[in-house]
Amino acid sequence: MERRGFRERALKSFKAHWQLYLLVLPPLLFFLIFKYYPMANAVLAFKDFNVIKGIWGSPWVGLKHFNAFFENPIFWTLLQNTLLLSLFLLLAGFPIPILLALMLNEVRSARFKKFVQLVTFAPYFISTVVMVSIIMLFLAPRLGFANVALQYFGFDPINFLGEPGMFRTIYVTSDIWQTAGYAAVIYLAALAGIDPTLYEAAKVDGASRLQKIIHVDLPGILPTITIILILNVGNVMSLGFEKIYLLQNSLNLPSSEVIATYVYSIGLLNANYSFATAVGLFNSVINLVLLVTVNTLAKRLSNTSIW
Amino acid sequence: MAISTAAPRRRIRESAGDRLFMFAIYAILSLVLIAVLYPLIYIVSSSISSPSAVTSGKVWLWPVDVSFRGFETIFKTPQIMTGYGNSLFYMSAGTVISVTLTIMLAYPLSRKTFFGRSAILMLVTFTMLFSGGLIPTYLVVKEMGLIDSRWALLIPNAIWVWQVIIARSFFQSTIPEELVEASEIDGCSDWRFLWSVVLPLSKPIVAVLVLMYAVGQWNAYFDALIYLKSDKLYPLQLVLRSIIIQNNSAGVMDPSIQVQRAEMAELLKYSLIVVATLPVLIIYPFVQRYFVQGMLVGSVKG
Repeated sequence: MERRGFRERALKSFKAHWQLYLLVLPPLLFFLIFKYYPMANAVLAFKDFNVIKGIWGSPWVGLKHFNAFFENPIFWTLLQNTLLLSLFLLLAGFPIPILLALMLNEVRSARFKKFVQLVTFAPYFISTVVMVSIIMLFLAPRLGFANVALQYFGFDPINFLGEPGMFRTIYVTSDIWQTAGYAAVIYLAALAGIDPTLYEAAKVDGASRLQKIIHVDLPGILPTITIILILNVGNVMSLGFEKIYLLQNSLNLPSSEVIATYVYSIGLLNANYSFATAVGLFNSVINLVLLVTVNTLAKRLSNTSIW
Repeated sequence: MAISTAAPRRRIRESAGDRLFMFAIYAILSLVLIAVLYPLIYIVSSSISSPSAVTSGKVWLWPVDVSFRGFETIFKTPQIMTGYGNSLFYMSAGTVISVTLTIMLAYPLSRKTFFGRSAILMLVTFTMLFSGGLIPTYLVVKEMGLIDSRWALLIPNAIWVWQVIIARSFFQSTIPEELVEASEIDGCSDWRFLWSVVLPLSKPIVAVLVLMYAVGQWNAYFDALIYLKSDKLYPLQLVLRSIIIQNNSAGVMDPSIQVQRAEMAELLKYSLIVVATLPVLIIYPFVQRYFVQGMLVGSVKG
């Protein structure tokens, strides 16, 4: 674009719409202070934090904290726990809302459909604290529902939350319970948008219901599936801290300590700011790289992308 | 018309395979219903059963020896009531601040004549992809002097990018450019236009924003966990965490009921869950459509 035209347009817009610029100012300040300023503060990862000198006055130490993290044996445990939990979440949590939506789409009784949607959507509104409380009450070692039932049928009680091997199953199952109905909404909307003539054609060709799902429904919602998949894969490293932290205890720590919870305990509880910032930065960067890679791949393969 | 042709066609008898398939779908969906509803019913039933029935595992589905002892204890416990009050405050104040800021940002970004809007939009959406991380953010909040103040729960996470995106695409699709031009010719200022034309036309999106921020504030605990130190500022969720997850019911218990303390502590957990979740779940059926709308507006143009 020509330079003068650019400047003129800007000036004209400022003059005519100064009120709009004034409106945008407070929200912009919010983003600069609470989002971009912390990004700049992340240089802390390359420094040794000194309370008196502050972030910018602290001495540079290069990659010291990153090296310390990579050489620490906990690095592999954290990476493995983070990736495994995310992977399980993706493998089990991603297809279920799609199946739920496809099944709901077949239901002809509008009332039943509405009721199932209403009920399955509801757990989404339960807070993380309450969700974890429910899990703990159900799985409590002695009085919990699960163990009362186990004992009723003559089995030995299990300390579910104390078993590192159970942690991922508990996390993923409760996550599906809480979010599948919510996640299905997007697919249901996509299904409603499929061209009705395709169904007519399928019917004329004598397609069974299952064939119709495979050849009309699935291709119809494929773009939506791709986008949600990109978003999910992109979030693999930004695993929700909140629920994991609440579910953690000293017994299940071998499989429940992930990067986010480690940053919290090292950084805020032990006040090891620089090291924790380095660990967090490592996480953010991997996450960004992952998101960009997946998005580029999806763009190449199917022409669907989030930007 | 599609409607008139679809009706008789539907009467064509389905094949045996299709009917079996439909039966399977109904069966699976019914199981899903039970799996989602059962834990919820169990908790509500436990919360209104007697303490001894809860701890001896007598409650399976319906309440046993109905009693409201759990709720009575909750309403007599200052710690819980303070948390409830705090949460109500954080929810209402936070929602007002968040919705206002979101609209202040989303509306100008929806206007074609707003120069620099794509740059600002990029600046805003980039924060969804990358963040400075927990510690740098914490240090900024600390530097601003917000640690252990109510503002720490209202300001640092006031704007959710997702909400800006859905509000912006709503404005873009509902406020025609011609309307803006007409108002400009009539000499209507941008503020006045936003206040007396755009907002009245945007009630559905304001409802979506209000509900999402309100539920988010009510359910949040993480900011309170890292930024607050004094108990008197704690929102309900942190009080819940302390009583249910960390099992600290000592301060809650009336010394006179020490005998049944263990039983009461168990019952209290169920009642607390109900008390903390009920407000949201009761209004939920009436506002569900707004949430669905919110998700779909956002997915049209991400």
